[in-house]
Amino acid sequence: MIDRLFTLDGIGQLLGLPFVQSALLACAVLGLVAGALAPLIVSRGMAFAVHGTAELAFTGGAAALLAGVSVGLGAVAGAVVAGLVFGVLGLRQRERDSVIGVVLAFGLGLGVLLLALYSGRASNKFGLLTGSIVSVDSTNLVVLAVVAALVLGTLAVLYRPLLFASTDPDVALARGVPVRLLSLVFAVLIALTTALAVPIVGAIMVLAVMIAPGAAAARVTANPVLATVLAIAFAELALLGGTVLSLAPGLPVSGYVAAIAFLCYVGCRGVARLRRT
Amino acid sequence: MVLPSPATTSRRPVAAPVLSLRAAAVRFGDRTLWDGLDLDVAPGEFVAVLGPNGSGKTTLIRVLLGLLPLSAGEVRVGGTTPRRGNPTIGYVPQQKALDPDLPLRGRDLVGLGLDGHRLGLGLAGRRQRRTRVDAALAAVGGTGYADAPVGRLSGGEQQRLRVAQALVGDPAVLLCDEPLLSLDLAHQRTVTQLIDARRRSAGTAVLFVTHEINPVLPLVDRVLYLVDGRFRIGPPHEVMTSAVLSELYRTEVDVLRVRDRLVVIGADGSGAHCHGEEPA
Repeated sequence: MIDRLFTLDGIGQLLGLPFVQSALLACAVLGLVAGALAPLIVSRGMAFAVHGTAELAFTGGAAALLAGVSVGLGAVAGAVVAGLVFGVLGLRQRERDSVIGVVLAFGLGLGVLLLALYSGRASNKFGLLTGSIVSVDSTNLVVLAVVAALVLGTLAVLYRPLLFASTDPDVALARGVPVRLLSLVFAVLIALTTALAVPIVGAIMVLAVMIAPGAAAARVTANPVLATVLAIAFAELALLGGTVLSLAPGLPVSGYVAAIAFLCYVGCRGVARLRRT
Repeated sequence: MVLPSPATTSRRPVAAPVLSLRAAAVRFGDRTLWDGLDLDVAPGEFVAVLGPNGSGKTTLIRVLLGLLPLSAGEVRVGGTTPRRGNPTIGYVPQQKALDPDLPLRGRDLVGLGLDGHRLGLGLAGRRQRRTRVDAALAAVGGTGYADAPVGRLSGGEQQRLRVAQALVGDPAVLLCDEPLLSLDLAHQRTVTQLIDARRRSAGTAVLFVTHEINPVLPLVDRVLYLVDGRFRIGPPHEVMTSAVLSELYRTEVDVLRVRDRLVVIGADGSGAHCHGEEPA
């Protein structure tokens, strides 16, 4: 059992395969974007919103699968709609959480229904929920790169107002930062990134790359820039490490990614505890 | 009976006002918060804004910040109509609990007060930014915890950082919205002294919203007392009297002077509201 879970048999050969290289490239790009957003997501207390967005990306992907159009585009559409709904309906955290709970349950149910109606390959269905690296082909890679550039570019332009609005909203508003507008923009950035992550790590494991790295970094540093750098490093470690480890056993990527992200978080908590004593 | 003046001398505005309201009114539907408000605040002047909850104290701040338009009248801050993100205004909010794991240091909080509203990453001019943030931190005695997570600092330390955050941009007007709330007496004193020092050294005008005048009583030049759409402006010894407050509240209010503090009895309709109450 353990032998099956942790093996690197023929890893050299596997790493030479084009689809594996595409997958690694996709993971590297995703890690960069998810890690860059993660500390802001943690500052805004939006973990549940990310989870809700991911489930709606799943619904969009399932609808696209049934309709015979690109699953990636379906995921993006579903996630952006979810992000905007969460952004408009619930700016206060308590209200937002109920809105997310309601929309998430509906979206997940709808997605399951859509998948049941789909009569194609079963691996396509399963892939949306748990992710699969074979789903990354060269067209997906182009979409991934374009969306990633868009998210990172927006983040670079809006970084200071976003940080201000995320950590200190009252004073940010007083200083003329458009806090409401930014929370909508940020919801869309999250939605786009989530939609990229869903085909790779699966809808139910998106939190492993979008929350865990930021939460881990926040345990060991309060410096926002350093927290971002660390979160990117953790996200890359989880995604690339998880992908490599999953290759030889031929098991889903997401389990390995989630495990590494979890270990990063536990490790950071441990470091924080040691430092305080 | 006219009380002896608690402030040494009340300085009347002589220089051109940095903040002025003319016949200003705010209405929400058919409810008028205040109407016909005229106020000029001179550089270096300290004006306390008092009144019960819902009397429009915070609304006044929102108007001056450009977050809410006047229903009637005129308002100018630093010579222009208020607009969002006016760099001539510094803003100190209430102390409130921050998440202890918020990834933000004291110096980041102060830095955001300087350029948090700007676009871009701000990579150019980082050295100059650091110098200004360091100076602002030093001015409030916050250098020692500048690198600590803000959420893990005490309320008093956080409010010192708030003062630094408001002053780092070198504002002409400082708007304070209950900055002493939930602080103990020692920290109240520190925060008011920091604000007082600044208005004396840099001529910053201060508009200080508070429900409790005693911590700032020695510093106040004038009081704006708002009750239910009625208001009175003047030096504390003219406004903080039984006669004036009874008229404002339209009920019998007694103002007692106990040593260097004022105790107000009968305001807010509670019969026992006490301006002299301070946290133990």
